[in-house]
Amino acid sequence: MNKPAMPNSFRTGPDEQGMFGIFGGRFVAETLMPLILDLEDEWNKAKNDPEFKAELQNLSTHYAGRPSKLYFAEGLTKHLREVSSAKGLGGGAKVYFKREDLNHTGSHKINNCLGQILLAKRMGKKRIIAETGAGQHGVASATVAARFGYPCVVYMGATDVARQSPNVFRMKLLGAEVRPVTAGHGTLKDAMNEALRDWVTNVEDTYYLIGTAAGPHPYPELVRDFQSVIGTEARAQILEQEGRLPDVIIAAVGGGSNAIGLFHPFLDDKDVRIIGIEAGGRGLDGIEHCASMSAGRPGVLHGNRTYLLQNSDGQILDGHSISAGLDYPGVGPEHSWLRDSGRVQYEPILDDEALEAFQLTTRVEGIIPALESAHAIAHAMKIVPKMDKDQIVIVNLSGRGDKDVHTVANMLGMEI
Amino acid sequence: MTTRIDRRMAKLKSEGRPALVTYIMGGDPDYDTALAIMKGLPLAGSDIIELGMPFSDPMADGPAIQAAGLRALKGGQTLARTLKMAAEFRAGDNDTPIVLMGYYNPIYIYGVDRFLVDAKASGIDGLIVVDLPPEMDEELCIPALKAGVNFIRLATPTTDDKRLPKVLENTSGFVYYVSMTGITGSALADTAKVSAAVTRIKGHTALPVCVGFGVKTAEQARVIGASADGVVVGTAIVNAIANVLGPKGEKTADPAEAVATLVSGLAQGVRSARLAAAE
Repeated sequence: MNKPAMPNSFRTGPDEQGMFGIFGGRFVAETLMPLILDLEDEWNKAKNDPEFKAELQNLSTHYAGRPSKLYFAEGLTKHLREVSSAKGLGGGAKVYFKREDLNHTGSHKINNCLGQILLAKRMGKKRIIAETGAGQHGVASATVAARFGYPCVVYMGATDVARQSPNVFRMKLLGAEVRPVTAGHGTLKDAMNEALRDWVTNVEDTYYLIGTAAGPHPYPELVRDFQSVIGTEARAQILEQEGRLPDVIIAAVGGGSNAIGLFHPFLDDKDVRIIGIEAGGRGLDGIEHCASMSAGRPGVLHGNRTYLLQNSDGQILDGHSISAGLDYPGVGPEHSWLRDSGRVQYEPILDDEALEAFQLTTRVEGIIPALESAHAIAHAMKIVPKMDKDQIVIVNLSGRGDKDVHTVANMLGMEI
Repeated sequence: MTTRIDRRMAKLKSEGRPALVTYIMGGDPDYDTALAIMKGLPLAGSDIIELGMPFSDPMADGPAIQAAGLRALKGGQTLARTLKMAAEFRAGDNDTPIVLMGYYNPIYIYGVDRFLVDAKASGIDGLIVVDLPPEMDEELCIPALKAGVNFIRLATPTTDDKRLPKVLENTSGFVYYVSMTGITGSALADTAKVSAAVTRIKGHTALPVCVGFGVKTAEQARVIGASADGVVVGTAIVNAIANVLGPKGEKTADPAEAVATLVSGLAQGVRSARLAAAE
């Protein structure tokens, strides 16, 4: 495949049309166009408004608990050094976790929700809608809606409602209405379709709080900017703790918001290797995975052009992942561009590998990671033993795994 | 260059009545039945046919058209087969305009240039692609116009006077006014507001303005047709097909007949529109 010319900086996108190379754009119904143009205007004003920045900063610190810690995962590092020794390699890089699991609501999703709820307020909207897969974004949306006094409707695939029941209950406690979506496989893609249908119907008073760095421009850009606090902090923290930049950074990619948040501030650090992890599900041979960049091709869905799992007629496939948050047949457009430009490498991790990482991290670190984050840890487990002891790897621990205990118990054949 | 749509609209204007634009989903409930339904439409009084291209993720459609798309896809419908269906219809009817309606991804995957060549060869006159606003005109709209295929744009209640010129700029054939902010099959909006919106759009363009989303009965077609140049009916027709299908998709009556009966009634509504308006 033709690679686009190497840009001077990987951090300047998107262009004025909302494109990252051929990816991104504004593929939406006319009804929504005036609104997303308004949102773009408001976002351009807000990001240069000291008052907006101060309010977001204040909430991030005192409500969400930022900055999140950059933690040296000594237990996992020790374990992987033993693995390395057993293979006769004698290596094993130092592993750090960026602890987004310690944020209020238990994941990185709050970063974006706080930013967007302030935008909704500025735009005078009266009602919040959101889509959710694992329920992490639904919970974060319901949380900020409760905090700012908005009614909130969360669309969630019926399959996900069943496998993420603790989060469904949390959303209800927070006062949100959870509407199960039965179309398709009842996962994130279907929830997003239904949220778009609500939005197009209630466009005047409703703010659509998209949870990932996808959708029509300006969402991929603004979600990335709200999540970039992850990478900005991690970069400063590693410089302070180790006196240098990491060799490798790793994050899981569903829609890709935690990943772009970690990656973006490092994109022009050319000695930092950046790896995004897709859900390999039950393997890339069949259709039971969500590795859109490893096994899909560019297409148009949900307002943007990006890599998608689809058949030869352009019909979107449902995919599969053990992790509800990665169970999406597309990916944010900036990731597609970073893939084609070669700046970021994307690799699949299978359900079983993620499950093993989930258990190992819990045992050797006393941290229960979200199944999404466990995909990123699983890749670290593969590469760290082959690296040198003086090398450094940062893994984005995007969320905590309490929500996943039922799924994991089920996979392990246990009843709880 | 005039197209079948231009010619049909000019003819109806001289007759002093609005067009009845009927929507069916290509391949719903199966290829042969859908083709039979399509062939019956002009005889029942349809002036322009919108032929739906099924898509797995129809974000602007309500439950009825979502279900129709799923039935078609389950029956093996593809974009290539929808084009074939149009070509088979065209072989027996060289006058009734056919407008393909759907979403961009299947066209993008088929390949825009190849699609336009094949669409033209299949007797397609116009395109309505829901998720291609004017901001994305380079994708398909401009190539379609160059190929001599009308690109029919949706205008909506959120398209204000400031934005209308942009929406109308590369539009041809007719303007499709979406009567409400919402998905297909919702309840009809306040008809007085719709009529005011049609007048507003006509202030910006000489193109005919057709109104759709929410029109289900002959009476509604009559009321909307009093001010609009055309009335689009989709969900009601798709429902007429669904109503004669059993739980396993088996036919309990002839879908083509069910559709023809409905469309005949709608055609009477449309034909009495200006008569009623003149009284």
